[in-house]
Amino acid sequence: MSEPTTDQFSRRAFFKGSGAVAAATMVSSEVAGQDVAASPNATRLIKGMTLKVNGKQYTIENVEARTTLLDVLRLRLNLTGAKPVSMDGSSGASTVLIDGRPAMASTTLAASVVGKEITTIEGLPANDAVPHAFVADDAQQCGFCTPGFVMAVRAFLNRHPEATDEQLRSGLNGNICRCGTYANIIRAAVSIVKGEQNG
Amino acid sequence: MADTKYSWPASHQAQLIGKRVDRLDGLVKSTGAAKYTYDLNLDKQLIVRALGCPFAHCRVVSVDTSEAEKVPGVVVVHLINAPKEDGPVEIQAQGTLIAAVAAETEAAAAEACAKLKVAYEELDVFVDDHDLAAAEAAKRTKAAGGGIELDEALGEPGDDDDESEWEDKMIQRLLVESKYVVEGRYGIDAITHCCLEPHGSTLQWEGNKLKVHLSTQNVSQCDDGFAAALGITADEVDVHCDYIGGGFGSKFQPNYWGIAAAEIAKKAGRPVKFMLTREQELQIAGNRPSGYIDVKLGADENGVVKVWDSHHWGTSGFNGSTVSVGTVPYVYKPKNIRRRATGVVTNNEPSVAWRAPNHPQACLLTQTAYDDLAAKMQADSFDIFLRNLENIDTPEKASVYAEEMRIAAELIQWRKYWHPHGKGHKRGSVVDGLGIGIHKWGGTANTSSCLLRIHPDGGVESYCGTQDLGTGTRTVCAMVVAETLGLPVDAVKVNIGSSTYPFSGASGGSTTVGAVSESHRRAAQDAIAQIFEKVAAKLDVPADQLEAIGGKIQAKGYGDKAMPWKQACSLIGIRPLEVTSNYQRGTASPLSNEGVAGVQMAHVAVDTDTGEVKIKRMVAVQDIGLIINRKTAESQVYGAMIMSIAAAIFEQRINDPKTGAFLNSELDAYRLPRLGDTGELVVHFHEPESERSRGVIGLGEPPAISGIAAISNAVCNATGVRVPTVPMTPKRVLDALRAAKANA
Ligand code: FES
Repeated sequence: MSEPTTDQFSRRAFFKGSGAVAAATMVSSEVAGQDVAASPNATRLIKGMTLKVNGKQYTIENVEARTTLLDVLRLRLNLTGAKPVSMDGSSGASTVLIDGRPAMASTTLAASVVGKEITTIEGLPANDAVPHAFVADDAQQCGFCTPGFVMAVRAFLNRHPEATDEQLRSGLNGNICRCGTYANIIRAAVSIVKGEQNG
Repeated sequence: MADTKYSWPASHQAQLIGKRVDRLDGLVKSTGAAKYTYDLNLDKQLIVRALGCPFAHCRVVSVDTSEAEKVPGVVVVHLINAPKEDGPVEIQAQGTLIAAVAAETEAAAAEACAKLKVAYEELDVFVDDHDLAAAEAAKRTKAAGGGIELDEALGEPGDDDDESEWEDKMIQRLLVESKYVVEGRYGIDAITHCCLEPHGSTLQWEGNKLKVHLSTQNVSQCDDGFAAALGITADEVDVHCDYIGGGFGSKFQPNYWGIAAAEIAKKAGRPVKFMLTREQELQIAGNRPSGYIDVKLGADENGVVKVWDSHHWGTSGFNGSTVSVGTVPYVYKPKNIRRRATGVVTNNEPSVAWRAPNHPQACLLTQTAYDDLAAKMQADSFDIFLRNLENIDTPEKASVYAEEMRIAAELIQWRKYWHPHGKGHKRGSVVDGLGIGIHKWGGTANTSSCLLRIHPDGGVESYCGTQDLGTGTRTVCAMVVAETLGLPVDAVKVNIGSSTYPFSGASGGSTTVGAVSESHRRAAQDAIAQIFEKVAAKLDVPADQLEAIGGKIQAKGYGDKAMPWKQACSLIGIRPLEVTSNYQRGTASPLSNEGVAGVQMAHVAVDTDTGEVKIKRMVAVQDIGLIINRKTAESQVYGAMIMSIAAAIFEQRINDPKTGAFLNSELDAYRLPRLGDTGELVVHFHEPESERSRGVIGLGEPPAISGIAAISNAVCNATGVRVPTVPMTPKRVLDALRAAKANA
């Protein structure tokens, strides 16, 4: 698995088990300083939610407390690189970086990442080696899984810049590609480690 | 024949054709900038979520929408499969959409769906597609064809003989007289398409005109589907699809949820986005039929199969058909065959086309039995597969198969790693094995038109109503035009993905690269011929002595008589040169062809303690006529091999036998291979001039066929035990090993 962060709490947890009360507590603490209604109801509106995405501060009006980071990115900020494939995060298609660590935007509540650095694929520098290596090694077909894979590879290589083929094969198993691009994703990642890609 | 004026450059002359070219939309995809249907956010759009039926078989008695309508943010509640005046609606598959809600947010739409009150009346459920006896007892079977073919050498029935009795007797006799008889039951479970971008649309009405962004592999024809269902004409519907997140044969239609989206948008007077949820995508948006077989085959002392006797069944859902009877036995066709097929009616959504419909199942059901013959003889599977090439249904391909088998064997080091079935050296609990499978496919070019526009300033643009499933269609279009005009590939602005462009057929059955190669090469050759005419006068060289190469029009062989592209285009006049080409599917053409062979081999490791199967190495050797883009062609084969690994080891639709519920309709439980599961994959294109000169042949399906059989055969070679049904999950492997031990 691609080392998901442990300090996120999931939408699933938010709705399940002791749900509302526990979650409400966490939301309040996570969004301190925001205008949060006192009601623990998941549908209550957070009037202005400030998120730092790709180095830029966005204030988003009227966000329901239950809204995932993925929905905020895709529907409110029109940052649609992260994809909605599996709401439980098992496909890795919504991989983003939160304070530099990979996380699934589909299982992260937007309210929980206020004050953190969120990096989406749109925030990678234009010369980032990963997307270019994906082109050079044709590590994509339909491309729907690709942004998630690019972010997973980026996060993995940030931590393991000297990763071996074997480490890559066991470290990138949090993502799914239905078209079957794995062989070329490995090639792309290896070529970056070997410095065959610029950037 | 007029078509003879079109041709491909010889391999030593081609500048782009057959080379490795980066896909033109690669960076757009890998930076997340590509906008898929799911990604398009239209101004004031509503989000639609639908309620799926929880039961696999029931009647919908009533739907009460009152509570759903009260949910804040809800704009439209729309009934889809709700009772009408003529009574309740019967539902035959879990997940069938009952009603949909359009709301300001996805959460509100989902909440309202949960508040729809539906009264159901449950009906009897049947889903045990593998259990023919149970299906018969439940009256859930349908005859699906069959028949007998006998070697003419056996003579004719006597005048007093009942013909079919005589034929049956002949089959019996041949089996009794066979030196080796193999009797087995094999199977392949149903799988779902599981497109990562679910089916759906983002659409809006502009007056009476419907503008649809549809996740589709059939841009040019879905306007008809919308129009017919909505009572308008196709000219009032525009379908667009710049990027599609997977189709695999399941996205040819607007589907009833697409029609519902258009109806909801009309009611709301606002754009809507209606994408299926992951669970719905697996439940209702496409599956491949299962197949199970009881087979008896008889072979002579050399292992050449002389008689095949089979009965297969399976389910394509509630319409109850099965793997087409004509595809079994597969590739191999002994002279004496008795075969029968039975469809099983189950409470599942009807199947839709899946990459190489029928072939992967038929291949597995046939070639596992052939490999068991090798096991029984303690012969080398390679030799048995080779010898049986004397009886195949495409005899003209026998030498191609033989050559491809030889190449594949070298690439997988067959001689080095081969051991008789079950006789491999065990390291701890792990043992290796090798397996083989062979396949065939048509891959004819689909109908396609192209509008090519060359501007007086040298600009080039093409328009074609095709789409890119992931094949790299844009790049293929650009390469073909650029090659013909002698330009670099990025000089051509390719426009595809809209029903407003000239018609091009659906992307299905490996028909797209052939289609667009036909239409684009024809348009470009017609256009360059016109430009040659104009340049000929200026350079004082006959038009037929000119060539377009390296950004110039020049006299063949005389480098000094040349005109740069831009200057040549200035001769066009003040209006652009426009050429429209049209290729009709089935027209004989020097540019495209159909009919390929193909061989795959697998080297696996099986842990007999845990039942885990690991792919060490897989080899695909594929003839494919003329290759346009070697890079993307290879990717297609890798992808097809990985799909074979998926079907062989991982994926299956699991229905609860009692309720019919689709138990693993989420991605955490619907197992697909991950990056670490695929071992080393080797792709080799078999392309002697005799193949290249045939022209373009589709590549999507063939490499997705025989890998499954090859992996099953490799597992059998490793363990000496057949795991009868794929996917070969650890439990199935262990069960098979235990059963073999108990029988020993
Ligand atoms: S490229 Fe299509 S899902 Fe990965």
